[in-house]
Amino acid sequence: MAEVLVYVDHVDGAVRKPTLELLTLARRIGEPVAVALGNGAADTAAALAEHGATRVLTHDAAEYADYLVVPKVDALQAAFEAVSPAAVLVPSSAEGKEIAARLALRIGSGIITDAVDLEAGDSGPVATQSVFAASFTTKTRVSKGTPVITVKPNSAAVEAAPAAGAVEALEVTFGALATGTKVTARTPRESTGRPELTEAAIVVSGGRGVNGTENFAIIEALADSLGAAVGASRAAVDAGWYPHTNQVGQTGKSVSPQLYIANGISGAIQHRAGMQTSKTIVAVNKDAEAPIFDLVDYGVVGDLFDVVPQLTEEINTRKG
Amino acid sequence: MSLRIVVTVKYVPDATGDRHFADDLTVDRDDVDGLLSELDEYAVEQALQIADEADDAEITVLTVGPEDAKDALRKALSMGADKAIHVEDDDLHGTDAIGTSLVLAKAIEKAGYDLVISGMASTDGTGGIVPALVAERLGVPQVTLLSEVSVEDGVVKGRRDGDAASERLEASLPAVVSVTDQSGEARYPSFKGIMAAKKKPVASWDLSDLDIEAEEVGLEGAWTAVDSAAERPARTAGTIVKDEGEGGKQLAGFLASQKFI
Ligand SMILES: Cc1cc2nc3c(=O)[nH]c(=O)nc-3n(C[C@H](O)[C@H](O)[C@@H](O)COP(=O)(O)OP(=O)(O)OC[C@H]3O[C@@H](n4cnc5c(N)ncnc54)[C@H](O)[C@@H]3O)c2cc1C
Ligand SMILES: Cc1cc2nc3c(=O)[nH]c(=O)nc-3n(C[C@H](O)[C@H](O)[C@H](O)COP(=O)(O)OP(=O)(O)OC[C@H]3O[C@@H](n4cnc5c(N)ncnc54)[C@H](O)[C@@H]3O)c2cc1C
Repeated sequence: MAEVLVYVDHVDGAVRKPTLELLTLARRIGEPVAVALGNGAADTAAALAEHGATRVLTHDAAEYADYLVVPKVDALQAAFEAVSPAAVLVPSSAEGKEIAARLALRIGSGIITDAVDLEAGDSGPVATQSVFAASFTTKTRVSKGTPVITVKPNSAAVEAAPAAGAVEALEVTFGALATGTKVTARTPRESTGRPELTEAAIVVSGGRGVNGTENFAIIEALADSLGAAVGASRAAVDAGWYPHTNQVGQTGKSVSPQLYIANGISGAIQHRAGMQTSKTIVAVNKDAEAPIFDLVDYGVVGDLFDVVPQLTEEINTRKG
Repeated sequence: MSLRIVVTVKYVPDATGDRHFADDLTVDRDDVDGLLSELDEYAVEQALQIADEADDAEITVLTVGPEDAKDALRKALSMGADKAIHVEDDDLHGTDAIGTSLVLAKAIEKAGYDLVISGMASTDGTGGIVPALVAERLGVPQVTLLSEVSVEDGVVKGRRDGDAASERLEASLPAVVSVTDQSGEARYPSFKGIMAAKKKPVASWDLSDLDIEAEEVGLEGAWTAVDSAAERPARTAGTIVKDEGEGGKQLAGFLASQKFI
């Protein structure tokens, strides 16, 4: 059976969920071979094997942390040449897309970004994309070279499928461009203890209607009652009420959870671009005409300062 | 020595319009008004600020697109860019990201450059990969997705806010930079700027000017193929209640019925 390269997104050996989803999708088109780079690369093997990786190619070098993107492209290219896969799958993070694009160009292949589904077709994998702020669904193929496809988080359910997951050392020679962009400092993000926004099953968001940094505690309390991640509209982020890393939308994160709850958010096209594919959508807004209500499965027209605390209390009561 | 900045700007269908596909599954550009991709305004803005700090700098804005794409160039010129290049050719219709990066890279080389500045992503294709592709083709450092950028003594520095960490980056010129919408509000063209833009030079190049064969670009030359495009069915109308004191509890009831609680 053909092999499919899967680029592993991990933090010091802890594999992030989108990679496990990729392994599930990869099995539809071949046998997954994972490529894990950088600090803790070999520690990823157990999780990857459990989700279907037949082999795990690893390599660690200071270059991965010290320089931007290109060292990882060099390594993925080395893996590509060693394996001759039928396709290359990469998680659709900002960095993942850049790595995938440069690889595609080097190996003379077309690239599809932000796929939301993947299936085997007569002439190679067929990717589904959700485009124009999720108002259209397209089916796209790579028509030249080996398909390089980046896949959005939450595009498939994670399935366990134990495989060998044999760890093999990857040989990598860095090219002249690898050290072009130096990372001179790095400030890791502090964990809030809440789920990762793009990976969360439930996202609770606040917009301009939340009206202040302190008031975001109401949104956080609701999120915590549901074990959810917290999101924000750009208006709330631009006002400085919540960090940019929590922004949902075209220029923020794109989320596709089981449940999305928008509080005090009007539903501008750029916000919708990042949440319209959520399975169930709920909104609380005091304006009955707000465009967000066109999207909802359930909406409450009301003041979020009344509705949200009551909802949180009711959830906590029902749980307790 | 003059700092030569090339800003890549894309002409896109207005996101608030009714965007859709034409029969050949490329973007229908006739039915919806086009404009300068809003995210490229941030690239123009940063170019203007970098030029202000430099002793001597020249900003060229570059677009690859149909006749109407000149509108995007005019907007960038009215914001304060010095000159423009429009790459236009019938054979470009349907070009994918790989092909677009080829045309941009050839045009940038022909124009001459020390620094290329792009937007973080277009507002239609939203791939966010063209700047990395252009850097790969030019063989120069990519310093992308910056929310803060500066240039001094031939070195570009910036801040990239990623998922796991915020990073400070540094590279020698020449380099390709892309900036996010966190990099700073873009200025509005002034009346004077709009008048001045009318007199600024706009060069028109076609594929032969760039030594690119028609087969390398366009729908035929694309390395990806769109097989189908379907409008997403409208969501079925949901239940909307007015809060009369029990809105939170009613919503909890809905969430429980859907097994979220
Ligand atoms: C809905 C949709 C989906 C698509 N999916 C794919 C796909 O999966 N794979 C693929 O190869 N192509 C795809 N394309 C085609 C692709 O979007 C365009 O060919 C192309 O112009 C570049 O990609 P982008 O718009 O995503 O640019 P991005 O990479 O998002 O653009 C980043 C920056 O590059 C610069 N730039 C991009 N295009 C131009 C231009 N024409 N002129 C000047 N500067 C420019 C701008 O500074 C811009 O801010 C898609 C197009 C559409 C409309
Ligand atoms: C290029 C570009 C990219 C963009 N990217 C993004 C993006 O990634 N994400 C994003 O979100 N936006 C983005 N935007 C901005 C977007 O266009 C909107 O401006 C933004 O989404 C508005 O945020 P909002 O809904 O919180 O605020 P508003 O539109 O001001 O809406 C606030 C809502 O809160 C309601 N409200 C007020 N008080 C209360 C109350 N007490 N109780 C209940 N409801 C109340 C109001 O009725 C209103 O509907 C982008 C814009 C551009 C041009």
